[in-house]
Amino acid sequence: MIGGRLRTIWLRVWGWIKPFWTTVWRPSLHFSMGFLTLGGFIAGIIFWGGFNTAMEATNTEAFCTSCHEMNDNVFAELKTTIHYNNRSGVRAVCSDCHVPHNWTDKMGRKMQASKEVWGKIFGSIESREKFLDKRLELAKHEWARLKANDSLECRNCHQYDSMDLTRQSPRAGQIHQQYLGTGQKTCIDCHKGIAHHLPNMKGIPQG
Amino acid sequence: MRGLLIRALLPLVAAASLAACGSKHEETPRKAPSAPVVITNAGQQIDAIRRGVPIDKEASPLPMARVENFDRVRPVNYEMQPPTIPHAIDNYQLTVNTNRCMLCHTRSNAKKFQAPPVSDAHYLTRDGKVLEEISSRRYFCVQCHVVQTDAEPLVANRFEGLNTTLAKEEKQ
Repeated sequence: MIGGRLRTIWLRVWGWIKPFWTTVWRPSLHFSMGFLTLGGFIAGIIFWGGFNTAMEATNTEAFCTSCHEMNDNVFAELKTTIHYNNRSGVRAVCSDCHVPHNWTDKMGRKMQASKEVWGKIFGSIESREKFLDKRLELAKHEWARLKANDSLECRNCHQYDSMDLTRQSPRAGQIHQQYLGTGQKTCIDCHKGIAHHLPNMKGIPQG
Repeated sequence: MRGLLIRALLPLVAAASLAACGSKHEETPRKAPSAPVVITNAGQQIDAIRRGVPIDKEASPLPMARVENFDRVRPVNYEMQPPTIPHAIDNYQLTVNTNRCMLCHTRSNAKKFQAPPVSDAHYLTRDGKVLEEISSRRYFCVQCHVVQTDAEPLVANRFEGLNTTLAKEEKQ
């Protein structure tokens, strides 16, 4: 009974697909082999370039702060920190810390971020109150990510081998040597809340 | 024909006369501001706002003072003085959610970070109950403990710290 019904459904779907399938399967009548090969090559370049350009566009600060959720909360907080405003003017934008630079990892993160589009559509953090209520959960995701990849996004700029510990304040130099140098701890273990305000940290180890 | 010419010229004449009127009311160019006064007596001037610069003169501001960041405990000058902070605390979050100071200065972590732990009194409630975490009435560290800058003191004074006084007494 069910098999028969499935069969009728398949036949109907095949009826829609069939004209396209036969067109694609048949050898080309009007276009030469060279045209199709070269054309495919060029179209591939355009597609790939376009894909990466669009991907880069979603990595810009202007894109991130085009949503009021980001602009009014986390971006406003970033502005007072050393990652936005400092003596030398080198600064980090959102994606420097929140999107992996490695291509495959970046794709993974971008796919995860589709959840954020969902959140935007349904307004899960549309007001300041909603954002503050959810902040601990969101922060925990980021801490877990940075802990898992050994603070890779921090280390893209801050490399331990290039740190001149003698130019740090004595306590910073000593603690970096003791915990970061030996690999006991990673950046995020101590530097939570380096760029944004912290949620209620009761019961969460910070050092 | 002539009437037409006059009619055409009339607005021009009117405009010219108006412009002439305007020039009469033009403001006299303002005097260029005098060169900024350089403050030289920063350490002695008791007037912290204008530093003795006359009200009609512009002062070139002093360089901003820098926070001392040498991580060595400063001597305490009098009994019950809250120790001053010998390091920079820029962007330390001290909010209702988190207390960055207590990361190192809490009793359980102090040894690990070689930081002086906060005194036992900071764990007492006003009823004398001992708490596990810092008491809420001591939570806001920078209410009593402050950083020090390299700014020159505004007025000279002959205050002698506790250590100096004690040393003198020993000599006698």
